[in-house]
Amino acid sequence: MREIIIDCLLVFAVGGGFCVIAQLLIDYTKITPARILVTYVVAGVILTAVGIYEPLVKLAGCGATTPLTGFGYSLARGVEYAVRDKGLIGALTGGLSGTAGGITAAMTCGFIAALVFNGKPKA
Amino acid sequence: MNLDAKTYQKYANAYAKKSPSPKNCIAAFLVGGSICLLAEGLYRLYLHLGVAEAAVRILTPVTIIVLTALATGFGVFDCLAKAAGAGTLVPISGFANAVTAPAIDNKAEGMIMGVGAKMFIIAGPVIVYGTLASVVWGVIYYFLHMRGIV
Amino acid sequence: MKENTMIAEQNRGIVRIPNPPTIRAWASVVGKKEHDGPLGGDFDLHAEDDRFGMDTWEKAESEMQRLALGMLMKKSGCREEDIGAIFAGDLLNQCTGSSFGLLDAKIPYFGLYGACSTMAEGLMLASLLVGGGYFSKAAAVCSSHFCSAERQFRFPIEYGGQRTPTAQWTVTGAGSVLLSSDGCGPYVTEVLPGISVQMGITDAANMGAAMAPAAVDTLSRYFASSGVSPDEFDLIVTGDLGQVGHDITSDLLLSMGYDVRRVYNDCGLLIYSSESQDMHAGGSGCGCSATVLCGHILKRFANGQYKNMLFVGTGALMSPTSVQQGLPIAGIAHLVRISAEKPTEMGGGNA
Repeated sequence: MREIIIDCLLVFAVGGGFCVIAQLLIDYTKITPARILVTYVVAGVILTAVGIYEPLVKLAGCGATTPLTGFGYSLARGVEYAVRDKGLIGALTGGLSGTAGGITAAMTCGFIAALVFNGKPKA
Repeated sequence: MNLDAKTYQKYANAYAKKSPSPKNCIAAFLVGGSICLLAEGLYRLYLHLGVAEAAVRILTPVTIIVLTALATGFGVFDCLAKAAGAGTLVPISGFANAVTAPAIDNKAEGMIMGVGAKMFIIAGPVIVYGTLASVVWGVIYYFLHMRGIV
Repeated sequence: MKENTMIAEQNRGIVRIPNPPTIRAWASVVGKKEHDGPLGGDFDLHAEDDRFGMDTWEKAESEMQRLALGMLMKKSGCREEDIGAIFAGDLLNQCTGSSFGLLDAKIPYFGLYGACSTMAEGLMLASLLVGGGYFSKAAAVCSSHFCSAERQFRFPIEYGGQRTPTAQWTVTGAGSVLLSSDGCGPYVTEVLPGISVQMGITDAANMGAAMAPAAVDTLSRYFASSGVSPDEFDLIVTGDLGQVGHDITSDLLLSMGYDVRRVYNDCGLLIYSSESQDMHAGGSGCGCSATVLCGHILKRFANGQYKNMLFVGTGALMSPTSVQQGLPIAGIAHLVRISAEKPTEMGGGNA
């Protein structure tokens, strides 16, 4: 039980921490939210490449995989796997294979939402 | 007015109220942390239900994406995001909202150039630059792997 | 080229309209937030859901224009065929909000784009043409809609984002005025067309700062060449500078020797409550100055509370493309003087 609570705290702290860094960037620099998303994904790829992200995922689980840096982690992991499996051509196929689930789910949900919902004015 | 543009920009900047950052950061931390905790809970629930781990890794973010799409459709996501800021932006929910919101919003411009094209107006660059970074890493990884370094 | 510049410089003064036209009628249509705001009771019509019964936001905006013109006809008792011309504008690409909304009105139509200054621009042009004797009646209509503007200039409506404190909220609303060569006021006695001013502001979330120099330019030119003191007015109001632009304008004018603080306000600050409605720096959009003028201000001329005021429509001249390309935002401010009485002596400094 104790272990689960510590795990949960780690998930919360790491996930929340990623958000706080982004919030500071939004509030104190001219970086727009759209750029933050791009930066986070690319940062996720780089952090995975230099070997920092994998230990963070082991430590914080979904606290590290749910933020968009985790999306970069999946891209990098996918490409590593594909390169080992298929050679250099894997560099072209691996990234999107590793993130296919998320991207396809987002597209599918977006499409269905567009069919079902109509826009509402902001509250 | 005897103000040059540079002086004016400095002058005007002094009038701009700054974002209430400490408050924003606390909100971002709490909401962002909660979304990650929800994902962790789902992850463990799916494993507990006997779903294979490889599938759980996909199913967990997909669940968050579905929930975000629903929240976006019912018009509650933007209310939450207004308070949470980066707390909803940074987790996968930010990506899902970036796809769903323009899809709903551009329905009137048709299914092809409206929904289909505009879906990626914000999320597109994320996929493009993430994938490009992965290609670069893939090529480097290939040579490292050939030399037995990784 | 040189000669043209000379002519422009000569014409930079205040235009005193020889036969000041009467603002015969006015009408305003607003959305829910504006109706819930402190001026809620001043507007003629409002919608509960901002859709105005339409299936797209763009159609909703056009519908507001149609309703604003319809209400104007009803209140003035005029027929469409009596009106010589209508000047209309909005923020949508190619001004479709106006052109579609006024399609059924069989009135000669001029589409205007003055960004958020369009109400003052339309009022000015209509007044000049009526005052100059070209038409006996002319109208000006102008609108903005939060959702259609958000879609075009910023993000999809459902996109979750945080606004910076300097950001303003586009007013959902439309206003209309009818100018007539006969009538007993309020009169449009003077106009001063704005000159666009660009001071290097590139932040599209801080339009107040981008537009304030234009407001200062127009107002200081007005005070300098008319010799009128700000205190002679019941109200000097800018269109949509919001809190940031309002403060800059007030302070810059003071530094130039024009103390407007007692009488100066901004439509963007009037239309929403800064305490109970979270609108950051205030309202913006064509509809902001249009609804405040055609709902709140002219009503106070009718009941005698105001006798003399300056209405300064402010606009930020930019597009999403120009902002993305990093081009600075220029501002423009058109000034219209509205008086309850006709000036007794033309050409003098004081009206």
